[in-house]
Amino acid sequence: MMTELSLNVLDVAQNSVKAGAGLIEISVVIDTAEDSMVIEIDDDGCGMSGEQLAKVTDPFYTTRETRSVGLGVSFFKQAAEMTGGGFEITSEVGKGTKVKAVFVLSSIDRLPLGDMGSTVETLVVYNAGIDFIYRYRVDEAEFALSTAEMKEVLGGAPLNAPEVVGYIREFLEENTNECNKGKIY
Amino acid sequence: MKTLAELQAIKEKMQGQVNLRDDDKSVRVVVGMATCGIAAGARPVLQAFSDLVQANNLKDVSVTQTGCIGLCQYEPIVEITRPGEEKVTYINMDAGKAKEVVERHLMRGVVMADYTINSSGMAK
Repeated sequence: MMTELSLNVLDVAQNSVKAGAGLIEISVVIDTAEDSMVIEIDDDGCGMSGEQLAKVTDPFYTTRETRSVGLGVSFFKQAAEMTGGGFEITSEVGKGTKVKAVFVLSSIDRLPLGDMGSTVETLVVYNAGIDFIYRYRVDEAEFALSTAEMKEVLGGAPLNAPEVVGYIREFLEENTNECNKGKIY
Repeated sequence: MKTLAELQAIKEKMQGQVNLRDDDKSVRVVVGMATCGIAAGARPVLQAFSDLVQANNLKDVSVTQTGCIGLCQYEPIVEITRPGEEKVTYINMDAGKAKEVVERHLMRGVVMADYTINSSGMAK
C-alpha cells in the first residue's frame, strides 16, 4: 500500500515509461462541488492486448521476471475503490493506455494526494526524452506543465540541468499552492 | 502563477556554461524505483541524492533509477559503482542516510558498511 496517492501516480506512470511512451499526460482534477478527485494517466506507449488488460489488476500477474507479483496497478485501483470511487483502464496495442481513478474526495478512506510536485519532477527530470503534460485543477483554478513547451524555451539546454530542475520544482510548488488556496488535498 | 518567462531568463544565464558529457560521469548511483521501492520511500531518497550531488558539485556522479531487482524487503535500495571498485548495495535507505553516503562514500571514498546489504546478514 502506498502512503499517498502521488506515489501511486509515480508508480503507474513508470509503466508508461517502460511501455516506450513518447508522451505521458497526467491530470489531477479536484471538484469540491462534485466531491471528487479524478486522476488520469494517459500514454501513447505500446499498449496491452485484451488478455494482458484483463489480468493487469490481478496482483499475481506481472510481466517482470525479478519477482512474481505486480502490485502497482492493483494498489491504485484499491485506493480508488475503497473510497467508493471507481477505476478504469483501457488500452490498445500500438496506441497506448489510459488509466482513470475516481476518488470520493471527502471519504475518510481517501489517502492524501501528497507531494505531486515531487512525483512530476521525478518523472520529468529522469525521463528527459519523454514529453510530459501535467494538469492540476481545483474547481476553477488550474495550471499545466508541458515539457515540450519548456524544451522549446530552453533550445538545446537540458531539462535536467540543476537550474532547470530548481525552476520546475518552484513552478510546481507555487502553482499548486495557488490552486489549493490554503487547503491540503 | 509562475510562468515560462522565468525559464527563458534561466536559459540565458545558462548559456556559455560548459556541460560535462555524460560519459565523464564515471561514478554511478542507481536508486530502485519500482512499486516496492516507491512504497518503501525511494522517491525522497532519489531526490536527496540528486540534490546533494548537485549541491556538492560532484560532476563525475550520475544519479539514475532502475526497476525491481528482486530484493523488495530491503528497499529503498541504492547501488553505487565507482570505477575499479566492486558495486556497493545500500539497503533500507532514507534521505538522512543518503546524506551520509554522499558525504562519506561519494566524497571521501569510505563505504558506509553498516548500511550495506552485507550488514543484513544475508549471504552475498
